[in-house]
Amino acid sequence: MRFKLLSIFAAAVLVAACESTPDATDGSAGDGDVMVEEIIVEEINPLSTQYVREVLGDHVLFGLNSSVINAQAQGTIKRWAEWMNAYGQIVVIIEGHADERGTREYNLALGERRATAVKNFMISMGVDASRIATISFGKERPIVEGHTEAAWAQNRRGVLVLG
Amino acid sequence: MKSIHRIYCLITALVLVVGVGFSQDARAQLVVDVVSGQNDPLPIAVTDFVGSETDATIGANIAEVVAADLERSGLFDPINRAAFIQSAADIGLFPRFGDWRTINAQALVTGLVEREADGRLKVSFRLWDTFSEEQVDGFVYTGGEDIWRRIAHKIADAIYERLTGEGGYFDSRIVYIAESGTASARVKRLAIMDQDGANHQFLTDGEHLVLTPRFSPTSQEITFMAYFNNKPRVYLLDIDTGRREVLGDFPGMTFAPRFSPDGRKVIMSLSVDGNTDIYVMDLPTRSIVQLTSDGAIDTSPSYSPDGNFVTFSSDRGGKQQIYVMRSNGTDAQRITFNEGTYSTPVWSPRGDLIAFTKQHQGTFYIGVMNTDGSGERLIAEGYLAEGPTWAPNGRVIMFYRETPVGTQNLAQLYTIDLTGFNERLVPTPLDGSDPAWSPLIP
Repeated sequence: MRFKLLSIFAAAVLVAACESTPDATDGSAGDGDVMVEEIIVEEINPLSTQYVREVLGDHVLFGLNSSVINAQAQGTIKRWAEWMNAYGQIVVIIEGHADERGTREYNLALGERRATAVKNFMISMGVDASRIATISFGKERPIVEGHTEAAWAQNRRGVLVLG
Repeated sequence: MKSIHRIYCLITALVLVVGVGFSQDARAQLVVDVVSGQNDPLPIAVTDFVGSETDATIGANIAEVVAADLERSGLFDPINRAAFIQSAADIGLFPRFGDWRTINAQALVTGLVEREADGRLKVSFRLWDTFSEEQVDGFVYTGGEDIWRRIAHKIADAIYERLTGEGGYFDSRIVYIAESGTASARVKRLAIMDQDGANHQFLTDGEHLVLTPRFSPTSQEITFMAYFNNKPRVYLLDIDTGRREVLGDFPGMTFAPRFSPDGRKVIMSLSVDGNTDIYVMDLPTRSIVQLTSDGAIDTSPSYSPDGNFVTFSSDRGGKQQIYVMRSNGTDAQRITFNEGTYSTPVWSPRGDLIAFTKQHQGTFYIGVMNTDGSGERLIAEGYLAEGPTWAPNGRVIMFYRETPVGTQNLAQLYTIDLTGFNERLVPTPLDGSDPAWSPLIP
């Protein structure tokens, strides 16, 4: 079950580790020897923040002034929902964020709208609503600092945080 | 709360003695035109207020604060005291007006610092027209030594009112958000200061995110939004006691609070299931009434000064525009139809105008318009500018502006005349945002 949930990123690490194994020696290298060490894949606890960030992906992005869940975001949120359905003890908080190009109060409302859109999509995937809290930070907590369209695009986001 | 007792007009007899030798035309000069906002400021001489050896310093300080207030308004040009011919101590009961006309002072302020029997300050001032050679105004104020700055602001207000015909605004305070740290980990603290930046103090320690403070019109209270315990909610804070309480037990985020003009209600936004509507809480009973109920974002509500109407922003028409409804929530009418998006409407304390934030083609503007949306006038702009707040006289607007510095923003407070002239930086110890102007201090 656990491996089924690993993302492509995590799977790629596993492949790299397997390829390394045949080259491993006893480690007692003398002059002229090539020393090779096996790369051990650390198991990431699926209930950890690291797992959310590195395996599931911890955020989805939104368009300008939009709370529409696009196709890429749907893929991420589906992973979140499957993971929550697999681990019934998990509760999460969905943070909604906005870029800096709006007024403060409107952006607070927009962040809440985005967080709720994510929550509703997870509910539609079978996750119980009581396990998903939402909070909006409006434009108060950008993840990428700067004044470019690229920075703003990264800041219009919904973030999954372990509850 | 300490109070200053405004006593009475000084020495009316003097007025009978003076006023000779100058025509009505000359007398008519001593009026400051506030309509266009772009006339030359009125040259005014503010002399050090005279007092005993120990009180002379207070007298000089009062004169400095008065002159600084008047100068900042943009309507007055205080003359450098180095140019004064007649010394303050030499003026006595009657200035040598020729000496003051010679340095082009059209108005002259003189004053006296004395002590009541109980040690309180007794500060008197006189405002003179140097051309008609008349005393135009004069008042005595008494109060504790620790509130000499307030006495100075009240004197500046009296001069401003007498010469402009508008209400004063110098004896007032600003609550705002002091900011520090990088954009992604910004530390925000509630802070309060006098209108001129003096007596600055922090009201929160920065551990929790705080936003959008607003003054009560009737008490020493602030309503604001904060993330205490990671629950974004509207709070009430008593400035004097520091007592803080959450307003209501709402199922979702509450924000964008503002008092009603009578101070009995707080109007705010509540987000439930991603939808944001406007609610009002009656403070004495804590009863709550929902005023809007559509699927749009309805926020930034602000009462008209008579309490009969509420202006707010909504994206119910597709993008953010400004609306006005009756204060019971009925009869909402959109009032902005020009290009761009409109938000943060704030009703003028005089009732005649609504200040707002506009975004158009990547620029933010601060503007004012009539309450039906006509007569739009943009008075300031920036990479990001928002959050207008009115001075108590409905004449001056404060807002904040963020200016890009590398990947960061420099956030600062500014004042500007509603005509769009006289933009001034308001100095703050840290970055500043979300200013709110108090009413005149009673």
